[in-house]
Order: sequence, then C-alpha cells, then structure tokens
Amino acid sequence: MILVVVEYANGKVSKSTWEMITAARESGREGPVTALVLGSNIAAVAAEVAKAVDQVLVADLPALAQYDPELWSAAVAQIATEGEASLVLLGGSRSGREYSPRVAIKLDAPLLEDVISLKATGETITAQRYTFLARVTETIESTAPIAVATIKPGVFNAATPKAEAAEQFDVDLSLPAPRLKVTGKTAERSSRISLSEAEIVVSGGRGVGSAEGFTQYVEALADQLGAAVGATRAIVDAGWRPYSEQVGQTGKTVQPKTYIAIGISGAVQHLSGMNKSKTIVAINRDAEAPIFKIADYGIIGDVTQLVPAILTELKK
Amino acid sequence: MRILTYIRQVLDAEESVHIANNAVALENSKLVMDTMDEYGVEEALRLRESGIEAEIVAVAVGPARVQDALRTALAMGADRAIHVETDIRLDAIALSKVLAQLAKQEEATLILSGGQQADWDSHALAAATAERLNWPQVTWTSALALAGTILTGKHDADEGSESFTLELPVVVTTQQGLNEPRYPTLPNIMKSKKKELRKESLNQFDVTPKLNFVSAEIQVKNRLNKILDGKDAPAAAAQLVDLLRNEARVIA
Repeated sequence: MILVVVEYANGKVSKSTWEMITAARESGREGPVTALVLGSNIAAVAAEVAKAVDQVLVADLPALAQYDPELWSAAVAQIATEGEASLVLLGGSRSGREYSPRVAIKLDAPLLEDVISLKATGETITAQRYTFLARVTETIESTAPIAVATIKPGVFNAATPKAEAAEQFDVDLSLPAPRLKVTGKTAERSSRISLSEAEIVVSGGRGVGSAEGFTQYVEALADQLGAAVGATRAIVDAGWRPYSEQVGQTGKTVQPKTYIAIGISGAVQHLSGMNKSKTIVAINRDAEAPIFKIADYGIIGDVTQLVPAILTELKK
Repeated sequence: MRILTYIRQVLDAEESVHIANNAVALENSKLVMDTMDEYGVEEALRLRESGIEAEIVAVAVGPARVQDALRTALAMGADRAIHVETDIRLDAIALSKVLAQLAKQEEATLILSGGQQADWDSHALAAATAERLNWPQVTWTSALALAGTILTGKHDADEGSESFTLELPVVVTTQQGLNEPRYPTLPNIMKSKKKELRKESLNQFDVTPKLNFVSAEIQVKNRLNKILDGKDAPAAAAQLVDLLRNEARVIA
C-alpha cells in the first residue's frame, strides 16, 4: 500500500493532503492509497479524506492530541510496517519535515525530501527536488523496497473528492512516552490565508519605505486580491513585520500561482523562497533590481504612486 | 557537558551555481560555513558564557576543504574540531549515522545543527541524528536556555510558535533570530590555529547511503519580462492590471 499521512488544521484536511493523494496515485507504486489520520477528535477529518482515497486508518487517541515528532514517527512507522507499505508520503510542513527523517530511519528506508516529482518503475523510485537555495533541480533515486517522501507543497494538483467514501478502520498503536513538553503556544496571526496555501502572495520589501507603508501598499493590495502577505528578511529584521511572514531561505518557501513583489530588490535569500512561483510581478523603483530578471510582469517606478493607482484600477 | 555543533560548508549565497558532470561544481567558488550552522556555534558559545561548564566541539563531514569552515568555528570560539574527511557525497540520513556515532564517542549531551542545509536544501539531518541516538529533538528554535540538564526555549511549529521544556540529551536546530553570530576577531583567528582539528576517516563509520544522486540541472524558467515604465503611474497601473487580467489571467 501507499500510506499518506493526513495533514489537517482546525478540523479540516489541508491542501497539502490532497496534493499528496495525487502524488500517491501518480507515483506508479501499486496498492491501495491509504490515508492515516493521527490525532484526537479527528472523525471529521477522517470522513473528509475518505472521499479521495481507497481506505482510511484512524488513530483517534488522547495521547495524540498534541503533535510530537517521536510519537508521530513511531505511529507512522508502525502502520507502514504492519501494512507493508512500499511508499510513505508526508507533507512538506514544518512538522512533516521534522519527523519524516525519524520515520525513514525506523523503517530503514531512504528519505526523499521535499520532492516535486515522484515516479516508480519496479523497485526504483526516481524523484526530483530543488537544491542550492532552489536554484538547482536535482534528480535522486532510491532502489530500496520502501521509501519515505515528503511532498513539496503547491506542486502537485489537489485530488478531487468523490461522493463515495472509502471504508475507515481504527488502528491500535504502541506509542512511546512523550519527552518534549509544550508549555505554551503562540498562534501566527491568521488574519489572512496562510502563505503556503495562498494562490496569490503579495510581498513587500524595503522599497515600501516603512511599516506604515507596508500596511498602506502591501496589505491593502493583498486585501483587495484576497492574497496572503509576505515580507523580505530585511524588513522582518527591521521589526516592521513578524517573522511568520518572511519569505526566503531563512523563512518560508512559497510557490503560489501569482507572486507580487513590491519594493523588493531580489536578494538571493529572498529569491530562493519564491522563484518557483508561476507568475511573478514586480514593482520597484530600481530598473537594475535583480527581481526584474525573474519577473513576468513589472513596473519600474515609485511604489507610493503605483500601488494606489493599481488599487484604483482593480476597483473599476 | 559537551556540546557538538555540526558544520556544513556551502556555496556563498551570492555566488553563481555551476554544474559539471551532473552535479553542482564547487571548485573555484567562494565557500562559507552555512549561515544556519553559525547560529548553532554562536548559541553553544552563549550557553557557555551563561555560566554552563561546556566543551564545544565543532564537527564536519566532507572533503579536505571543509576544514576551513571548521577553522571558522574554532575562531568563533569552539574548543576543538573533528573532521571526517571524505569525497563521497552523503545524504542527510546517511550523514546522521556519522554524527550519531561521534556524539556517542564524545559523550555529548547536546547537538546543535542548522535548521536547513543550504546545499541540499534539507531539514533532515538533526531529526535523523536524534532518531539514531534515541534522543528527543527540537527544531527551528528561536530562544534557548539551559539550567542543569533542563533545556527550555521557544521554537516554530506548523502554525505559530511553541514554548517547550526538554531534558538533555537533545538535538536542537538553530535559525535566524536565535542570536546574532559573532565575527571571529584577529586574536581569536590566531588562537584557533593552535586548536586541535582531528581528522577521521569515513571508513570506520560503516555508512551505506540508500539514495543515489542522479543529476542536477540549473532551473531556468523562461519569464515573460514585460517590464513597463512607471513614470505615468495611472497609465502603467492600467496596463499592468489589463495584462494580469486578460493575458496572464491571474486576477479577476
């Protein structure tokens, strides 16, 4: 079987899960596509994902109320072993990236990390992934009977749910005692759509002038377009925006359909986090800014003049 | 206590990438200690400066040139270094086997490693090492404090951040925001030349990678590069919105 570990947030199946299901179906590995739902009070999530897979395994346990890399990796490895999985797919979220290596080692399997393509022929799985700050596409290959892969968000098409739901099964798990104690949580400001799920991202850099300028131009345009808000490292370091909005090598990697860069010059640090966006739009005063080299559309000019003019135009 | 800080030597972010023989060619390029790992070395130094008695050992695996990155760590203040010299390229899962064995040999109780390696764009090394050692892990930390064997701090999670408590031994990944790494001063660079940099061979670690690197290509997506002059802001804005609506069809 192909095991897909379901990612969800606020009781809803995440976009990354639908993408993993597509990756599983297109992988060329045989056997039923099996969704594994881990957590507590997850009946709604299990019912939702049942519409796109061949079977659902549910571990609805109080012990799993809180994500923990040791518990999650133990659970996934146990189910993969019992179900004789040939491929285990995990999401490219922070948590997926964090516990997938533990799963790979428990299963004595290779880890194909953040893959953008996955094709099995016989025992061999060939995958592609970005390396060197997303400037290189590398092809890697595994010949092991089982492989663990994390799927880069935003690359595969989302699977479409059907009317008919697959059967659900409860599973027993033997879990280790948690060692990591979470003593407090700070939620990211969820004012808008999350950066990794948004179809449009509007990002701002130093060229917006100030924290107020960011609100006035970047946030206003994002609101108008129903987009997520991103920022460069320079302005996060300057304290204009929270770290959770940072796009780049040391922040988040995004791959939306449309990326609108306002007052961003295009340092490698930033480009590595957004250069795979489908359409890139840049507005910057400096005609020599590297961002224009990777832009599909752009305007060379003053952000303070251009963004209000674009907002006026959009409202027409 | 003993802290291992794991160092990668990577291409300077401002350098161009070159491909030769189906792999990225690093010869004749400026190479540096991975920025993410610098935060790890700095944090080890700060933990010691906070009054904890600790020996800090910088560790790297890779070709002969990697010792330059270890020298940087020594110049920042690490006490000694271990270089497992090899020209074989190892993936993170294979590499973790070396690091875990070194941690055992050195009786380390804290390992610091960058959250993402800038060469392989990988997040896997720290967690893989923790699993091999059967230690807990905490990734993407933005604050750390150690009292006895209790490590507390803050780290990024899927949605937002979390405060945590853990008992040593632990593997920790570091990132921007945790601290501001210091620059090695000239006297410290001079001193570092006398510090121990031990060479080890990869043979003794019994590592067999399960992953093959097949090829590498520089990704060039052809961009339309339709760049407008924005001197007349309303006209340029109208033209851009028209292009996005009717040509690219990316906005309604």
